[in-house]
Amino acid sequence: MRPRRLLPALMSAVVLAGCGSGFDDEPEQTDELTVMIGSSGEAETAAVEAAVQRWSEESGISVEVIPAQDLNQQLGQGFAGGNPPDIFYLGPDRFRQYAEGGSLYPYGDQITDYEDFYPALRDSYTYDGELYCVPKDFGTHALVINVDMWEAAGLTEDDIPTTWEELTEVATRLTNEDHIGLAFTGDYNPVGTFMLAGGGWFLNEDNTAVTADTPENLATLEYLNTNIQAGIFAFATSIDTGWGGEAFGTGAAAMTVEGPWIIGALNNDFPDINWRVVEMPAGPGGQGTTVFSNCWGIAANSGNHEAAVDLVDHLVSPEEQQAFAEAFGALPSRSSLESWVASEFPEQAAFSAGVRYARGPVPVVGFDSVLADFNTGLEAMVAGGATPQEVLAQLQRNGEEVLTQ
Amino acid sequence: MSQTPPLSSAAVGGAGPERSSAPPRQSTGRPSGQSASGRPAWRRSGRSAARAGENRVGWLFAAPAVAVMVIFILVPVGMALWVSFLEWNGQSSPFTGNYTFVGFDNYTRLLTTEGLLQRDFMTSVRNTMYYVLLWVPLVTVLSFGLALVVNQRVLKGRSFFRTVFYFPSVTSSVAISITFLFLFQGSGVVNTILGWFGVDGPQWFTDSRGLIHLLFSALGMDSPPGFLKDNSLGGLSLWDWLSGPSVAMCTIIALTVWTTSGMFMLFFLAGLQNIPVEIEEAAEVDGATPWQRFRSVTLPLMRRSITLVVTLALIGSWQVFDQVYIMSQGSPAKTTLTPAYLSYTRSFGDGQFGVGAAVAFVLFAIIVVLTVIQRWFSRERDA
Repeated sequence: MRPRRLLPALMSAVVLAGCGSGFDDEPEQTDELTVMIGSSGEAETAAVEAAVQRWSEESGISVEVIPAQDLNQQLGQGFAGGNPPDIFYLGPDRFRQYAEGGSLYPYGDQITDYEDFYPALRDSYTYDGELYCVPKDFGTHALVINVDMWEAAGLTEDDIPTTWEELTEVATRLTNEDHIGLAFTGDYNPVGTFMLAGGGWFLNEDNTAVTADTPENLATLEYLNTNIQAGIFAFATSIDTGWGGEAFGTGAAAMTVEGPWIIGALNNDFPDINWRVVEMPAGPGGQGTTVFSNCWGIAANSGNHEAAVDLVDHLVSPEEQQAFAEAFGALPSRSSLESWVASEFPEQAAFSAGVRYARGPVPVVGFDSVLADFNTGLEAMVAGGATPQEVLAQLQRNGEEVLTQ
Repeated sequence: MSQTPPLSSAAVGGAGPERSSAPPRQSTGRPSGQSASGRPAWRRSGRSAARAGENRVGWLFAAPAVAVMVIFILVPVGMALWVSFLEWNGQSSPFTGNYTFVGFDNYTRLLTTEGLLQRDFMTSVRNTMYYVLLWVPLVTVLSFGLALVVNQRVLKGRSFFRTVFYFPSVTSSVAISITFLFLFQGSGVVNTILGWFGVDGPQWFTDSRGLIHLLFSALGMDSPPGFLKDNSLGGLSLWDWLSGPSVAMCTIIALTVWTTSGMFMLFFLAGLQNIPVEIEEAAEVDGATPWQRFRSVTLPLMRRSITLVVTLALIGSWQVFDQVYIMSQGSPAKTTLTPAYLSYTRSFGDGQFGVGAAVAFVLFAIIVVLTVIQRWFSRERDA
């Protein structure tokens, strides 16, 4: 190890970015575009490059695709230095930061058929009533089931859980000394999905008040904690795995709660597992799940807004979205493609269906630390060091602190 | 790293060339009067034109290094100091763009305002405190031991062992961290080996229990005494302060001890090789046992090397980042959160670059204070 000299490193990053471009460059009119992506791998990078290439040939404008190592950090450096990429992937958590900071060019209404995008997705990228950034794909949480274990436990198609009571029941029957009934990543994402089904959430409808400490959320945490203490549910880390997909893939759990990204992991790392995906069972608050997505952000100080919008319009067209879905399994963000997905990718149907009752992640700036602290609280709850009530009270306090700042 | 060679040659060998050429001197004495007052006469004979020219040439030669220092260290540090007084989201220039000047707000939120930020910061300070308490002595003793071993004149394959011991220091810390992740998995190699001896190893990276808490519970004290739980310092209860390093933190300590001991071994080796053979021979002739030779001859002569290594270790240990970033991201239960990592997540995660910079400066202050204290303790006391 060479202990990292944090201070100089962090600051020279700032100054380097500054020296490279000057702090307050006026946008230059350019004929070249840069696209920065946070790629999941070779397949995605190649697919984006191919799609961009098709546009370049038509428009005559050359485009450079940059796969980022750490998208958030590289974007941050680009903006701080006044020289961001023209187009980039952007998640809902960072979206709000950049929209509030005036760094994004709102172009949503210039996209062909923009109302075709799922409403839950558009919500994530709407700020001050304007659609800033159109979603490129999405994924929701669903219940992934190990079919062999399911059948070995004598369960049938009729036993697919549709309520929390049924989920408890099948988890009990699926638990034996070799594996646990249900395991999922022990953080605010899957727990948030349960909170939605329980009729609660971290924030109110328009994200202006913290609603963590409510009877609904308490009931949800108690439901989870009771089943965890009973040994039929578990957090992935408690059974020596890194995340829900690993717990499921290694056979340590018969069911998990994950998004469509688990498909790639199962195909690559655990090809022998026989799995299926069903929608999340409904809780006391009905069906609910979290929807994760990225959008195509366009920098406010990009040199060529017109070309950038045209390129994004091309990238989110139904044809290109179908190409992405075929290349790396991205679920198209246009509702008109729902039936196409259902017929082409039946194993993805449950992930796709969830978007109708889904909600996007917390979009409030500065909530990262609050949610990280909630994760710590959940760990403590499972270990018996804190009650669900205490965990929620702390979450409420921390969240209010951020919202009132 | 870049700054270590000059430091080591200056400090490790004490007075450098004088030492090896001079006859054996008192172990802790400062270089004798000669070097202080023994300048050639022409140097003292007033400020001549030659002297001024020398000065100019000197600056000219130093200019590239000075320029690099100013551009890459002084200016960024100054900018960071400025940022630490701002509420700034990192999306525009911190000098002309969108920012609010908030004075010492970031510092007070960090240090005195009750809330998540203060709790996180105090937790990170606590974690690092235990890290320092364990890591600095361990790495010093281990690297000293390694240096003694490879310094033995009779050891076969000396250069082989030197290379082997130094190897972890030049290997990518990312690669080593990931290897350790595999080794210390619940069902990993370490636990398998422990299993052969009937020991049921813990879940290394998810075990947030502190060593001191574990000790207490082994003594039958499971719930904290009231006065520890009810009194708090900086938003953390005294009981939390007294947790000790968590099992997960101990794993990271083991890793960094292993990777850095090679580098510090080199510093000690340089020091050991500066000890004139005659002294040891004289001690041997006088009938000193190996332990007496080590205790009364080697250790006192190595004083400066030890001071150097402890100082560097102390500074480095407050800046742990890579391992946390790769292996644990602060979990479990924030017991591996370090100030450096907190600064990073607050800046790039929450977009609060002002807070992140403030963390860096408080960290800077802590390091300076501790280094001064440590220098004071290990100062050379003249009789």
